[in-house]
Amino acid sequence: MASVSGAGRHVSGGDKVRGASVVLSGIEKRYDSVGAVRGVSLDIRSGEFLTLLGPSGSGKTTTLMMIAGFETPNAGDIAIDGRSVVVLPPYRRNIGLVFQNYALFPHLTVADNIGFPLKQRGIDRVTRARLVSESLERVHLPGYERRYPRQLSGGQQQRVAVARAIVFRPRLLLMDEPLGALDKQLRENLQLEMRRLHADLGITFIYVTHDQEEALTMSDRVAVMNEGIVVQVGTPEDLYDRPCNRFVAAFIGESNFLSAIVRGIERDMLVLDCAGTTVRAIAQQTPIAGQTVTLAIRPERLRFADAAAAIEENRIAVTVSEMVFAGDCCRYLCHTASGATVVLKQPSGSMVRRRHRGERANVLWPTGDTAIV
Amino acid sequence: MPRRMTPILLVIPLALYMLFFYALPVASMLFRSIMDPTWTLENYRRLAHDSVFLAVSWTTLRTALVVTLGTLLLGYPVALALSRLRHAVAVILLAIVLLPFWTSVLVRSYAWMVLLGRRGLINELLLSSGIIDAPLRLLNTPLAVHVAMIHILLPYMIVPIASVLRQIDGALPRAAAGLGASPLNVFVEVILPLSVPGVAAGTLLVFVLSLGFYITPALVGGPRDLMLSMLIAQQVDLLNWAYAACLSVALLVMTLLLILIFQRLPAVRDALRVATR
Repeated sequence: MASVSGAGRHVSGGDKVRGASVVLSGIEKRYDSVGAVRGVSLDIRSGEFLTLLGPSGSGKTTTLMMIAGFETPNAGDIAIDGRSVVVLPPYRRNIGLVFQNYALFPHLTVADNIGFPLKQRGIDRVTRARLVSESLERVHLPGYERRYPRQLSGGQQQRVAVARAIVFRPRLLLMDEPLGALDKQLRENLQLEMRRLHADLGITFIYVTHDQEEALTMSDRVAVMNEGIVVQVGTPEDLYDRPCNRFVAAFIGESNFLSAIVRGIERDMLVLDCAGTTVRAIAQQTPIAGQTVTLAIRPERLRFADAAAAIEENRIAVTVSEMVFAGDCCRYLCHTASGATVVLKQPSGSMVRRRHRGERANVLWPTGDTAIV
Repeated sequence: MPRRMTPILLVIPLALYMLFFYALPVASMLFRSIMDPTWTLENYRRLAHDSVFLAVSWTTLRTALVVTLGTLLLGYPVALALSRLRHAVAVILLAIVLLPFWTSVLVRSYAWMVLLGRRGLINELLLSSGIIDAPLRLLNTPLAVHVAMIHILLPYMIVPIASVLRQIDGALPRAAAGLGASPLNVFVEVILPLSVPGVAAGTLLVFVLSLGFYITPALVGGPRDLMLSMLIAQQVDLLNWAYAACLSVALLVMTLLLILIFQRLPAVRDALRVATR
């Protein structure tokens, strides 16, 4: 117990704690020779809010469980603050944990639930009560000490779970889809609360979700996982504007994919032939002329051409196949002459002219918003 | 016909069966204990000062208590193992636990007679290995009654506890460990309190069954280990119907009283409230 009690004993007041840094180097986990995690390396900085984002079965939860200590990697190393923790059992790692379904102890009151990690660290009853009520205030549930988990709503249970995970001032907090079971409105409120909590505490958060919107809203950086590997790591802007491959472009937000043939480079711009139309894109790598590449363009970056295109804009001719009104925007399903599908998002409002089914139109987008995947 | 009548109709056959074959005999027994040959409470008055009745009641209670404790101590670890093993292995272990259920109590009691007899398996083994030089008196002792009854009633303790343990959300012990609880503390502070409903059910089941046990104590017990059920049978043999009816009522009242007290224990009540949340 001696090695974990240190952080717990000095808990008090609102003073900030420095977050832990976490380094994953080539960790792997196989179940019956099937690789759930196949070589994940990540460098998580002190105080960072990092999200592991991916579809179910991508290995994100398994990765989190290995950091927590519930799963042992078959290969690779996990270091927290430069110290390898692979051999430490979960109860010696001093990490805060919030589970998907909260995992509150049904036989204990809210106070005893939150006091549980303090009790394990040998903190006396009086200090415990003070820290529990401080922690409850932090999650906006003051005075709920004597309730039982079953008497709380889903959102309140989630807050208690968070209070329990931070009460002992861990320097690292792991969260496994903590908002998954809540309705949309509540989820959005709690997302903001988590952000604020992260800023207040200054500790490192590692957050697992399959909800890309949640990942973009909350995180400093997002690691996109698929089939057991990290596909791309970056800030939300990086991932959205410069997806490194088709999977990321399709999983985060929405993308139109157009295939094009590389013609050459002209003043730092890649010139491509997209079904007979010349388009330009910012050259990220230098593809060989004649090579076929895929362009990814976000639907909301497209617009219908009313006037002549600016020089830095790409233009493509389409026919409108379908229009869907979605409140804040109209979604148009269009087809190019070569049969490729283009989805365009137009802000709704009286100032924009709606297009109709069967109408021919030109679609424009800035060359800078063209990603090559 | 209104739809809400359907559940009532479904219950009627069993209700009629219970009325004719359970409620009426019990009522007639009750009746007999106060109407033999004329309206009197004399039988009960006698019971209160009857040293045989008091001694037998004490033996019955003590036996039930020892058997309940024995099954709990032996059964809980098995139930815990059942809840932790992989499903396929757990099914096999459960089958082994339940195997005795498929043989009659009579057969199992005779088996214990064979094992515990003066020239039984255990004595033969001890004699031939030189640990003892004269056969031990094992059969017809309270020990034999306890051992045989614990063996027979063990499944009644294991199954309810295992089923409650299996229902505990696997995230709870994980959360406890993640929050800093050592494996021992995870058990003491999370698993054990959450398994109380199963322990309560198993304890009550074994205790109540023990109170009315007949065949096993009759076969492996000694003349001094008379239990209430045996005393009742004896009195019926002697055609002492009123006294037998009186004893039956006493056993029934004792059992009901214990169930009532048990359900009102604070620990059991809290646990049941959590379980039915």
